[in-house]
Amino acid sequence: MWDQEIRVMGSCHAILAASILLATGLPAVLVPGFSVYGTHLVWIYSVSATVTGVSAAVFWLFGITPPAKKHTVGYKLSRLFRSCLYFFLSCLFFHTVLVLYGAPLIDSALETFSLAVLLTSLTTLRCLCVLGPNIQAWIRVFSRHGAMSVWDTCLQFTVACSLVGAWLGAFPIPLDWDRPWQVWPVSCSFGATFGFLTGLFAAPTWIHYHRKQLTYKCK
Amino acid sequence: MKWFPVLSLLFWMCAVYITGIYLFVGGFLLVRLEVNRTSSCLDALYPGQELERDFCRGQPRFRKAVLLIIDALKIDFARFDPNNTSPRPYENKLPVLDETLSAKPSHSRLYPFRADPPTTTMQRIKGFTTGSLPTFIDVGNNFASSAILEDNLIQQLGQVGKRVVFMGDDTWENLYPKRFHRSLPFPSFNVKDLHTVDNGILQNIYTTLEGDDWDVLVAHFLGVDHCGHRFGPDHPAMADKLTQMDGVIRSVIRRLQNDTLLVVMGDHGMTDTGDHGGESQKETDAAIFIYSPSPLFQQPQNQLEPEVVPQTDLVPTLALLLGIPIPYSSVGQVLLPLFPPHGQSAVGALSQQEALWINAKQVNRFLETYSSMAKDIPPETLSLLRAQFSHLSSEYITAHQKGLLSSPQLTASLQAYLTSVRDTCRATWAKFNPFKMAAGLVILALACATCLLLSELSLTFIRENGALKSSCIAVMLTGVCVAIAQLLAWGYVEVPWCVAGAALSSELLFIWKAYRTRTVTKTGLKKSASCLSVPKLLTPAVLILLLRCASLLSDSYVIAEGRVITFLVFSLAFYIPVYLNWHGYLLPQIYDSPKPSALLSSPALPPSVVRKEVSTLMASLALVIGSLFLSLFFHGCREEQGLCQPSQFLSPLSRMQDDKLKNLHYILSVSALALYTFLLRSWMRNYGNLNASSITVFTANWILPLSSISLGLHWAVSGTPEDSFKNLSELIGLAQLALPRAAYCLLTAGLLLIWLDPLTVFIKSKTSTQNRLASRLPPRYRASIGISPQAELHHLIPQIYQQMRQSLDDGELSGAGEEDGRPAVEAYGLGTVYSAPLLLFCGMLGIGLLLLHPEGMALAFLLVLLEMGAVLYIHASHCLHKHNMKYSGFNVPWTPVVLWALAATQFFHATGHLPTFPSIQWGAAFVGFPDGHTGTVLPASLVILNTFASYILLAVSCPLLLLWPLVCEVRYSRGERACGDEVEDAVMEIRLRESPQQFSSALLQLSARYLFVHGAQVFASVCAAAILRRHLMVWKVFAPKLMFEASAFIVTSLSMLLGVTFVLRIDSAVTQWFKRLVPDASR
Repeated sequence: MWDQEIRVMGSCHAILAASILLATGLPAVLVPGFSVYGTHLVWIYSVSATVTGVSAAVFWLFGITPPAKKHTVGYKLSRLFRSCLYFFLSCLFFHTVLVLYGAPLIDSALETFSLAVLLTSLTTLRCLCVLGPNIQAWIRVFSRHGAMSVWDTCLQFTVACSLVGAWLGAFPIPLDWDRPWQVWPVSCSFGATFGFLTGLFAAPTWIHYHRKQLTYKCK
Repeated sequence: MKWFPVLSLLFWMCAVYITGIYLFVGGFLLVRLEVNRTSSCLDALYPGQELERDFCRGQPRFRKAVLLIIDALKIDFARFDPNNTSPRPYENKLPVLDETLSAKPSHSRLYPFRADPPTTTMQRIKGFTTGSLPTFIDVGNNFASSAILEDNLIQQLGQVGKRVVFMGDDTWENLYPKRFHRSLPFPSFNVKDLHTVDNGILQNIYTTLEGDDWDVLVAHFLGVDHCGHRFGPDHPAMADKLTQMDGVIRSVIRRLQNDTLLVVMGDHGMTDTGDHGGESQKETDAAIFIYSPSPLFQQPQNQLEPEVVPQTDLVPTLALLLGIPIPYSSVGQVLLPLFPPHGQSAVGALSQQEALWINAKQVNRFLETYSSMAKDIPPETLSLLRAQFSHLSSEYITAHQKGLLSSPQLTASLQAYLTSVRDTCRATWAKFNPFKMAAGLVILALACATCLLLSELSLTFIRENGALKSSCIAVMLTGVCVAIAQLLAWGYVEVPWCVAGAALSSELLFIWKAYRTRTVTKTGLKKSASCLSVPKLLTPAVLILLLRCASLLSDSYVIAEGRVITFLVFSLAFYIPVYLNWHGYLLPQIYDSPKPSALLSSPALPPSVVRKEVSTLMASLALVIGSLFLSLFFHGCREEQGLCQPSQFLSPLSRMQDDKLKNLHYILSVSALALYTFLLRSWMRNYGNLNASSITVFTANWILPLSSISLGLHWAVSGTPEDSFKNLSELIGLAQLALPRAAYCLLTAGLLLIWLDPLTVFIKSKTSTQNRLASRLPPRYRASIGISPQAELHHLIPQIYQQMRQSLDDGELSGAGEEDGRPAVEAYGLGTVYSAPLLLFCGMLGIGLLLLHPEGMALAFLLVLLEMGAVLYIHASHCLHKHNMKYSGFNVPWTPVVLWALAATQFFHATGHLPTFPSIQWGAAFVGFPDGHTGTVLPASLVILNTFASYILLAVSCPLLLLWPLVCEVRYSRGERACGDEVEDAVMEIRLRESPQQFSSALLQLSARYLFVHGAQVFASVCAAAILRRHLMVWKVFAPKLMFEASAFIVTSLSMLLGVTFVLRIDSAVTQWFKRLVPDASR
């Protein structure tokens, strides 16, 4: 049973990683004048949109998303609406945190917000997919005994890696090297993306090697 | 409580750190006094009567001179090797020099031109215009501006009316503001820009040369240097640049007239990577090319030809060739090949011997003046040099009278004298002392290790007493031994080395002892509690500290330090809720787990309490984050930060033009001050510390508000425009003097009073309770009464605690007095007996420090208070959560200590300070002393208090970290009782007295950790200065940072000692209080 889940997770993550690479590669072919540095915002939105779409689709297809308790259309709609609301609120939250961390307040608000969108699509979206729009459950997942399935552990990994990646991405900004990737928010969004990719790779690997020790409480 | 081991160990730790800093700084920063005298034409430099004349009126050898300075023109760039068929990009690119040398051997010379370290452009320009050896700190130098005040060539040229035209590197314009006849400076700051300066010069130099509006032309090209910094010498761009310079030299030579001297020179060399600043030969050896259209040199080759020309020699040579006096503090010697031997000279031109004699007299005069001002030249050498000169002067005068001036012995001995003077000066001023630097580094590194050990093994060291005596003896012995060894080997004693030996030996002894106790505990108890392990230390807090230290090694990070430190503190603050959540403290345990985990072995808290706690925790976290964010708005700006606007709050009210803005700022500041005072007092009232009739309460009730009021009035007075109240100008003047002085006096008095009687406890006992308690007392205590007062005391102090506990069990709070019920012994404010006076002390200190700042900084100080409070709160609830609402052991973990220490640096920036010398707020020295001072001690200490205000505040209040969890205990027990859970015994800070040993060890541990965090930062900046001593920015960024960091450490350690001493003072006062209380209670 474990091996089965790990295999599902691995393929799921491979699809996600491939889609990120595609989101970088395809615009370079299709959009004239596209470059990751030069038109960075286009890249950010392309990656965010791809990750959002692909993870929603993949998680739904593999049946990881928690099943709805009621099968009425209204309930599903309200769930969808709540998810969208949380997505937007999380963008605002990340924007605030970035500004508090020292991002320019007014000058490049659009860049900051784009990074917030990217971070949301890498972290909050996954929470939405795995746990549904339930903030209590989100907070619960990030505690030592909070993970209740392999997917929860995997969620811990990817979210932590993305955030730490974005945090590390801020380090080269003050240096005086005058490189194009030192411009706000290029290094941070790179960091977040690389962190996310690392998380995608690390989570199944870690779970695979610790599958004997892992025990989950029933839901 | 044992006060002696705590204080002495801390004191020793600070002393060791300071020794390390002292040694390193002694080897790294060279200090020289500036002599502010100038030479004049009338200086009698000739011996005898017949030659007496005004020196400057004579016909000089050259009327005009062109000085082409090519920054970083290494000697390798200037040499030409015709056999080299495949030259590297920097080789053989200046063929003009070789062509001229071979075509006109009596017109030109090329020499290696050796600069003295530090080989940075600013110091070098200063060196080859004053002829001296500039050090990093030339005392007497005006820190606020970099203008050269010492006697120099430019000034001398100006005095005799020569028109000096300058173009190129704008460093000159900063060094010699308004000294040039005409000046065309170009920006030099951007190292990536290879062409702006050079092209700017090229557009102007030829027209100027062909015109007639100049006597001396100085052109400073920067392209080669910038090319080296950007690409290194081995790059095609360097070839292009050097070829361009070749063309420049050619065109300049073509345009020269007969009475013009051309000097082409580099100010320093570069390493293979294109850097400079240090003392390796690649960096010091530049090139100098001298050319004159008329024959200048006598023979093609001569035994007098020097192999290498020291950079200081340019000044006397140029001065005598152009007919101006040699600048006063020059220590160079004239270049003999440029002067004719005696007897062969044209009329009026100086011969070799005459030039040397003038030079020797000038150098001797400077040496006399300098040695009367400063004592850093060894006296033995000085007396030798004096003897040499007096011998020389008699020799010269006899030779002059006999007309035998051309004797080679005289020339040789004059040269020998000048060389030995220069070598003496160089040994004193121009060399890093690598041994001292290394010793300082080793001592600092070991001090950090020792501090860490001390913090981990504090309990063992408190228990053990004998350690101190033996280490004291060891320290003395080593110091004396080193001194004796020095006496035997060299014949004199150098104090730094004795101190170094003592510090090193004590550190090694300590580490050995720690190792031994560690092995003992390991084998004896098989317990790893006192053991030091790497993974245990590798917490995020320590990681953040490491990042902070690493950031000190990069100039960009030092320049952006204010933001970097805020970023790091921020990350640490965010880590706390993540950590708490990870351990499941943030959510109530509604998910009932079938098997209780280890964490939940004790009864879980009810959800409502947890929720309330979490919301307050989140609120204080928001407060920390908010004050961190707001503190970014109070930063100043370094000159390196291009697009930066300094905070508006930094300018004093009196400088503001807009009246509305002024009023707004004033209101903001005053309300911040009022809030500051109000918060302090309301906290004390909340914990029942304002009920007693002691002096401290008087201070809190009267002196604190009064001093705030006088501060507010002082701001109002100093903010009024001078011309608005003409009639009241006298009154305003008086108020400007009296108000800050009144505040000073009030605050000093307040601090002294708190120190004298720190207790804020008020006892109210009721007879019924007394009876009840008396009946409850166990008989064995009764039995012991009357045996001896000492024994009585021993048994009765626990008894008091018993009473307190009983009363608590009955539902009475020891701290808060406002609850009613059936009182037992009510001791108002006993729960916060330690923290209340300490907090009040810090609050008063804060107001005193605020007095020295511009008005707008009141907001920043309010932020300090809020952040301190919030961090304390978070720390307390973190601790209590961790120990499940029971705080024992009193250990303060690393996270809050690192937060506290980094907050000091953060608020250093947030109070408008920067680690650069021009940003020191000199205005602080004149608060309350508008007419200036007579001495230097008072203004210096005021400026130091102003600069390191945040460090002082946070270091003094550091023991609060230990006390606060105990203060907060009461809230939790209240909450629990409300929910009907088991009753906790909340005796708050009195618990500290139950286990005095643990109290002292915790205090020692906390202070050692705090010292370690600051010491690690000092060590990092010392490493930065040592490793990067060749860096372009070393004198601009790293050396000032090191100075600030080191001074901050010294201030921190002193204030921390003050804080710890104050806690110990309170402790002794509490002991006395109990002594007084006990007989009353037992009767």
